[in-house]
Amino acid sequence: MSAGKRKKPGARKPAARRSASVMGRKKPATRSDSTGRADFLARAWAMELEAAERYATFADAMEAHNNLEVAELFRKLARIEQLHADQLLEEDLARHRPALPPAGIRWDEGEGPETAAPDELHYRMQPYHALQIALECEKRAYKFFADFASSATDLKVRKAAREMAEEEAEHVALIEDWLRRVPPPEEDWMHDPDPPVVSD
Amino acid sequence: MSSVVATSPLTAQAFKSSYKPIWCPGCGDYAVLNSIAKAFAMLELKPENVAVVSGIGCSSRIPAYTNCYGFHGVHGRSLAAGSGLKIARPDLTVLVASGDGDGYSIGGNHFLHACRRNVDLTYIVMDNHVYGMTKGQPSPTTEPDWDSKLSPGGTGLRTFHPLVIALAAGANFVARAFSGDPNGTAEIIADAIRTPGFSFVEILSPCVTFRPEQRDWKKLVRPAPVATTDDPARAARRIMTDDGFNIGVLYKGERRPYQPPIRRDTQRVADLEAEFTI
Repeated sequence: MSAGKRKKPGARKPAARRSASVMGRKKPATRSDSTGRADFLARAWAMELEAAERYATFADAMEAHNNLEVAELFRKLARIEQLHADQLLEEDLARHRPALPPAGIRWDEGEGPETAAPDELHYRMQPYHALQIALECEKRAYKFFADFASSATDLKVRKAAREMAEEEAEHVALIEDWLRRVPPPEEDWMHDPDPPVVSD
Repeated sequence: MSSVVATSPLTAQAFKSSYKPIWCPGCGDYAVLNSIAKAFAMLELKPENVAVVSGIGCSSRIPAYTNCYGFHGVHGRSLAAGSGLKIARPDLTVLVASGDGDGYSIGGNHFLHACRRNVDLTYIVMDNHVYGMTKGQPSPTTEPDWDSKLSPGGTGLRTFHPLVIALAAGANFVARAFSGDPNGTAEIIADAIRTPGFSFVEILSPCVTFRPEQRDWKKLVRPAPVATTDDPARAARRIMTDDGFNIGVLYKGERRPYQPPIRRDTQRVADLEAEFTI
């Protein structure tokens, strides 16, 4: 989850991050960098889209296995992420809709920071587990923007990244609070009275 | 608004159909589907120019989940169908998909001769070391000591070594990928498609239902510590001595693909029938 009250996310990223690390020191903040700003926006948008798509896939998978409660939760998470992606376009990117590579952005970590790993699902999982997955995604998204904010050389990018990081931190707190209100699973939550594995 | 999106090549999403996969939640095959779609997008292909051919099994459901032409064929015979299609329609990009049971056991003989024949297609095998669709029987790549209700104490059988067998049989491109690295897998699949001849990509794709311990594969895989070689002997040595978790393109050769000339004088089934009349 991210966006919501998002303002004008400025721009700037990889080029600045790379040059800073290569030189072993940060460059002084500059007033503007349109290329870097576009790149930053593209990454923020792609991150939301990828997260939304993954949650939607999770929802479909859980629905196919008749775990409707968790399916609905993932569906909700997908809607929220999609909303954030749409908001980014509406608020800031209408004139500069990012042209993402056809195969998507190649993230350093393999997938987008807010994208849940596909192997974290289990057909008998409960809302508690789904929220734990979402919590980890939010934490990674927070770190992504916080790192961005600390390394960006463009002032607007730095400001926007900081705002986004703050939002992600709010989402982390929100999900932690949500988790406190959801009953934790029983120890044998995986137990299936009609298991897929052949029994004797 | 910019027109960039409208004029850009198709995105990965455009290669997926509206059918929702029914694989188990957490199955590695979801990520493989994403990787295939990404590879097609990377190569700027069009769905109407791509055919995805499969056999039988969990992994072989994949053609239905793509927006390309597809053929969900006969158990173990995906390579026969795929080879025939490519020879008849060399203009198509043909990707053949299989699993370790379908591809190495039922279709084992087809595998050997497809490598030898070297038709220009890409063969991906989603290997989870188990027959998933039929509820957990040991497959040719199952470890000999894997204890299960269907194989108490394990089979005791030596595992099949698909990569080195592909190499020995003549595959022109041999790689191993991991479903948990979807972008890396997409790049390997794209490389396999670009490389002329028979390209074989084994994709470690965990079965979280019957082999939940395979969730740990993500801790075991690593990029192969050596560069791709075009020397089959060197590649064979490396593959035989690794632990099965080195990821990357392990061999890329320069064999010329098999492509017989297409006969234009037999356009009708009746013409073919006449040819076989005794």
